[in-house]
Amino acid sequence: MAHLVSIDDVDMRYGGAEGTLAVSGLTMRVDKGDFAAVVGPSGCGKSTLMKLVTGLHIPQVGTVIVAGQHVTQPVSIVGMAFQNPTMLPWRTTLENILLPLEIVEKHRHRLRANRREYIEKAEHLLELVGLKGFGEKFPWQLSGGMQQRANLCRALIHEPELLMLDEPFGALDAFTREELWCVIRDLHAAQGVTIVLVTHDLREAAFLADKIFVMSARPGRILKEHRVPFERPRDLEIMYETRFNDLVHQLHGEIAQARAVA
Amino acid sequence: MTTTTENSTAPAIVAKQPARINWVKAAPWLFTLGLFLFWELLVRGLGTPVTILPAPSRIFQAVVQYWSPLLKNSAQTLFTTTLGFGLAVVGGLAIGLFIGWSKTIYAGLYPIMIGFNAIPKVAVVPILVIWFGIGTIPAVITAFLISFFPIVVNVATGLATIEPETEDVLRALGAKKLDIMLKVGIPRSMPYFFGSLKIAITLAFVGSVLSETVASNYGLGNMMASAQSQFNVPLVFAGLLALAVEGIAMYSLMAWIERRMTGWAHRSTMAN
Repeated sequence: MAHLVSIDDVDMRYGGAEGTLAVSGLTMRVDKGDFAAVVGPSGCGKSTLMKLVTGLHIPQVGTVIVAGQHVTQPVSIVGMAFQNPTMLPWRTTLENILLPLEIVEKHRHRLRANRREYIEKAEHLLELVGLKGFGEKFPWQLSGGMQQRANLCRALIHEPELLMLDEPFGALDAFTREELWCVIRDLHAAQGVTIVLVTHDLREAAFLADKIFVMSARPGRILKEHRVPFERPRDLEIMYETRFNDLVHQLHGEIAQARAVA
Repeated sequence: MTTTTENSTAPAIVAKQPARINWVKAAPWLFTLGLFLFWELLVRGLGTPVTILPAPSRIFQAVVQYWSPLLKNSAQTLFTTTLGFGLAVVGGLAIGLFIGWSKTIYAGLYPIMIGFNAIPKVAVVPILVIWFGIGTIPAVITAFLISFFPIVVNVATGLATIEPETEDVLRALGAKKLDIMLKVGIPRSMPYFFGSLKIAITLAFVGSVLSETVASNYGLGNMMASAQSQFNVPLVFAGLLALAVEGIAMYSLMAWIERRMTGWAHRSTMAN
């Protein structure tokens, strides 16, 4: 019960018996409350990992257990956010954030009667990510960074135990990205949510995570697991320290090697 | 330096603006007027006989002379077209949603639809006459048959192009297919749907007039056919004029509805 996510010896193949093997012999564990990052060469099956944990794909071999439950169908205790914010343009930002509540079984029957309570919760989240007062705006009236903040709110509104992030900051400029790192760092501290972050950005992984998993080239498996020793709360300044750069350098070397092997 | 130049040019732009907007607004009328003028001059200059190409003045004369049958037949054509179009909207929306629902249905029905659409509707009218007799019903059905295809295709396209990430986010929350359709698919396909109405309404006119010409005792199609057999060419052109007016009116109505219903899809104009 100690692990919120445990993946054991999982194989996932797309497109039948002759299809591509996306991950093979994948084993990893994420503790409750942890911030885990997954890095690796491109095409290493990081997105497959996302879909396995959320129950969008069921593996052919091996087991995926989330919150003590064997995953055989989508698990609604998970919130997801992708690089593309995928806000629905016909809904206001607030209505977009409330969307998961219209879906999740636990909330959908309560939504109409308790709408005020849920709106307050959404506005609280908006305030946390620095979007106070933007709820009535349409998503296309917001900048890319603001949309991504709203996207995080949407992923968190149904109080998921696990937040899966697939390169959520990939399309943003460097300064906005750093701002959002701080937002996600503070969210993690404040909400006590478990986060799995899939990313290409090694500095992002090192700055945010407690644990970093390095994946091999396809078929993906975990090559190495790092425990990030830096104390919390972390400041952006940490990125200019030697121990931080050493970790990033080491990660970089491992991924370069994984690419070379492939 | 920069601020002073900006300040000096700004009032000039403001002063010019109303005149320019008027030109844009007046352009459709001026161009139409120009077309009629050119036509009139051409006919007079060349001395074309009225049975070949009547001058606009002669056509307007026919409009005044035959205003009663023109009005009656225009109303009939508008009625059959609107009814057929209305059925096409309901049917097209339903079939579009049905096709967009699953990949299997899409794959299975799409070739049939294309084959169906490729059949010239003029060849279908005789069959409709065998089934329903001549008159209003075949005209309505032809208008329906010709105009529902673009609606189906557009609605199905809107449904088929949901971003996979959106679907993943919702499915991971436990959303059923119906949830995804109601929350994302249908609102998303609405701009496509309303856009297709503009195409469908003009096609509906083609269908109804075609059927009226071949198999009816009413409507503009029938009126023009009988006027033609009597060499009453100005009346034929008056009929065409009536059709053009009806077509433009219905098209602008659809364009207006489109703007009203899916303003969010025209975001650039709204953001400014």
